[in-house]
Amino acid sequence: MTKKTKKEKRPEPSNSGLIDITRKKFRWSDYLAEKVIKGTAFLSITIIVLIFVFVFRESVPIFSSAKPVEKTETSAGAQPEQETYGEVTDKQVDPEVQETYGEVTDQPAAPEVQETYGEVTDNSEESGSTDESYTVSAGSGHDDNQTALKSLLTKDWVPVSEKPRYGILALIVGTFKITFISILFAAPLAILAALYTASFASRRVKEIIKPTIELLAGFPSVVIGFFALMVLASFLQDVFHYDTRLNSFVGGIAMGIAAIPIIFTITEDALTAVPKSFYEASLALGASKWQTAFFVILPAATPGIFAAVLLGIGRVFGETMIALMATGNAAQMGLNPFESVRTLAATIGAEMAEVVFGDTHYNVLFLIGSLLFIFTFVINAIAEFYVKGKLMKRIQGK
Amino acid sequence: MIRSYKNNIKGILIEGLTLSSALLIIAIVVVMVTVIVIGGKDQLSWEFLTSFPEDGMTKGGIFPAIYGTALLVILMSIAAVPFGTITAIYLTEYAKENSVIAKTIRFAVRTLAVIPSIIYGLFGLGFFIKFVGTQMDNTFMGGELKWGQPNILWASLTMALLTLPVVIVSVEEALKTVPNDLRAASLALGATKWQTIRKVVIPGSISGIMTGTILAVSRGAGEVAPILFTGVAYYVATLPASLSDQFMVLGYHIYVMTTQSANVDQTMPIQFGTTLVLLMLTFILNISAIVLRYRIRKKKSN
Amino acid sequence: MAIEKIHTENMFLHYGSKMALNNISISIPEKKITAFIGPSGCGKSTFLRSLNRMNDLIDGVKIEGNIFIDHINIYDKNIDVVTLRKKVGMVFQKSNPFAKSIFENVAYGPRINGIKDKNQLGEIVETALKNAAIWDEVKDRLGDSALGLSGGQQQRLCIARTLAVNPEIVLMDEPASALDPLSTSKIEELIVGLKEKYTIVIVTHNMQQAARISDLTAFFYLGELIEFDKTKKIFTNPEKKQTEDYITGRFG
Repeated sequence: MTKKTKKEKRPEPSNSGLIDITRKKFRWSDYLAEKVIKGTAFLSITIIVLIFVFVFRESVPIFSSAKPVEKTETSAGAQPEQETYGEVTDKQVDPEVQETYGEVTDQPAAPEVQETYGEVTDNSEESGSTDESYTVSAGSGHDDNQTALKSLLTKDWVPVSEKPRYGILALIVGTFKITFISILFAAPLAILAALYTASFASRRVKEIIKPTIELLAGFPSVVIGFFALMVLASFLQDVFHYDTRLNSFVGGIAMGIAAIPIIFTITEDALTAVPKSFYEASLALGASKWQTAFFVILPAATPGIFAAVLLGIGRVFGETMIALMATGNAAQMGLNPFESVRTLAATIGAEMAEVVFGDTHYNVLFLIGSLLFIFTFVINAIAEFYVKGKLMKRIQGK
Repeated sequence: MIRSYKNNIKGILIEGLTLSSALLIIAIVVVMVTVIVIGGKDQLSWEFLTSFPEDGMTKGGIFPAIYGTALLVILMSIAAVPFGTITAIYLTEYAKENSVIAKTIRFAVRTLAVIPSIIYGLFGLGFFIKFVGTQMDNTFMGGELKWGQPNILWASLTMALLTLPVVIVSVEEALKTVPNDLRAASLALGATKWQTIRKVVIPGSISGIMTGTILAVSRGAGEVAPILFTGVAYYVATLPASLSDQFMVLGYHIYVMTTQSANVDQTMPIQFGTTLVLLMLTFILNISAIVLRYRIRKKKSN
Repeated sequence: MAIEKIHTENMFLHYGSKMALNNISISIPEKKITAFIGPSGCGKSTFLRSLNRMNDLIDGVKIEGNIFIDHINIYDKNIDVVTLRKKVGMVFQKSNPFAKSIFENVAYGPRINGIKDKNQLGEIVETALKNAAIWDEVKDRLGDSALGLSGGQQQRLCIARTLAVNPEIVLMDEPASALDPLSTSKIEELIVGLKEKYTIVIVTHNMQQAARISDLTAFFYLGELIEFDKTKKIFTNPEKKQTEDYITGRFG
């Protein structure tokens, strides 16, 4: 009946109640909301860009040799190096002081260190207390950015002296050393625990493990640092009988503790993302639970585990407070795990509060920051793009 | 038979190995908590929590550090929660899942989450203090130094950037639990997109926004590195009264007391006490976040 | 006879590269119940969702041709989609009440239209609930959460919610498919009652239901409109072979 009877369009929309749909309404609130929301969403990208710009900007003067160092503050020129920071709380490298931790104020650096570094004693100025006035820029006047740039790739980190040198090699070596130790400790532990949680644990056990890990993730790093400094350092020294109480081993273990939750969580996600059909197929073929876990689930999740370890590395690499508190903070190149080390991040954390703005030292610290930033950025990018792509391929067979 | 016997042994060994790894991690957590609780419990008292440090911080309480921490996380949340929530709304409600913009933002968020906290400190110094602060001084203060130096405002904003990804991720997760049916129902009733978000989507994810806030607060309360040179002070005799004041926080207090105190032995109880307070604070926050998130996930799976 | 309400001519719809609706031309009369039947995936729901432009929300949907409601082309670029959806309401397959009270669920539409007056809202809610034949069941607990209602009640609440916006057309996408027989018959009764005031278009996979309640029936198959006629005719003496095969249960 009505089929195709009145098909011609009528231009006069008669007295329909729908007449008001023909005028597009402009809704201010919707328009504004969308614009604001969109704009805000770009904030996170903006922040990344700003971080790039501003962290690098402050390190740029190093590369422009023409510009002389601004001396905001010149201190008494002939300051003995030992005293650069007034009362230096040099806690790191003196064997005798290790146990009696409480009395370590005003200890000059240990003899060995002095031998290694000639006049170096001030790789301890992190402990110069922040409330002290800036008696700091000693000797920066003798320097200019060019020599700073030249000294970058040496191993002497002597930022505060008559002739400051900014060799970051020892810092880089120290950072990698400690990262290596902590990942060596944390990765197997976290991965095996995740494998247990994903493959063997009963529901109830899972409900204990997972919240515990979440709690651990919530531990402030300063608390872990405190624990390492107060308890772990002494405990490990009793077990391994090494000389320097605070060293890269202690720091590495402490940072490993901080990295465990990241590695665990991402690994566990990767393991549980392996399709159930893999698991069932393997069991159906007569494989036992552990064989399935080890030879089917684990390999299928390898890219995810790789990402987990990468992000763990990123976490440790930039960790500041634990490094400040538990590593001894001496810039040494050696590969012995029981020596004190100084990391890139700890150097920034210790020294930034006490440098003169615009000083070469200040710029070098920002340069170190840029390095850290680039490193973590790249690590994250690898974890994100390379690994995810692989994981998808492996699981979905695309 | 022999084979399967061997297999059994292997199985037991491997399960035992993985189990002991899990147990070791739990043991580490338990030991850390126990040590800190035992070391700090005698120090905990109302007086410790409510009085100022005395005698060059060798005696007295930690009230300024608690106050400073609270102020820091409040200011931080005021900045981070709205921005984080809005970004999450954009990602779930406006952006198309696979658009370049959405992917870029997600990558940026994840990058923000992994940037070392010390870098945020550098950024706070380079951007907020030296760039924005100095500009403000030149513009409003006639060059007098007020904003171009570390203070609680810059520290809070720096911390807000650090915690932004935490908020975004939590809120996004919660927004995704709001069923699409409800969005469709609202739109079919003639609601605009914004009305739908405001009246259906956001009310449906309040608990997620709360989880995000709590997690951010917990993170912000414990982080020290970003504020090392953007506003925290070793000791200030008065509580911060304006945004341009410096302040004390618990985490930094622990750090300076353990590494720079004149007498580490004597202040040991204060150190443990402060650590215990900080740990309890983050625990309470984290546990409530875990519970809330558990509820959200449960709701989602229903 | 009946006044034409909805009218489409040579309408095509693509999901990305896949054609979902192929050359649909139909004319749906006012204040009647029109049922769309056909096997799943035949395009009937897609077509229904085109009538209030809910398909706009789905990425990659492209529509060619026009749909006229009261001779207004609703795909014209000047059309205000938000207002259109107020005029063309929709009830979904799965009941989807908001996690609010019964009252607030029904008052949602009026509120977003800017009605704030308590008394006026109360009246609208009451009328809508009465029209949806659920008033007697919920009048004493309007403040309770809508999620506490049974499935059938929830669906009637959703109908009430749609009616509260005062639409001219109500689109229903398999509104009773998830319900038990008793609730289904209640909903059916309700739908028949509604045609006095509203033009109703209902998608159903239940042929008996279509036969019971609709005045006209359209049979869709593989994205095409195969046949459209009076329900009685379709079910007793269809013209097309495919229709007959479907009606008699030979496929679908």
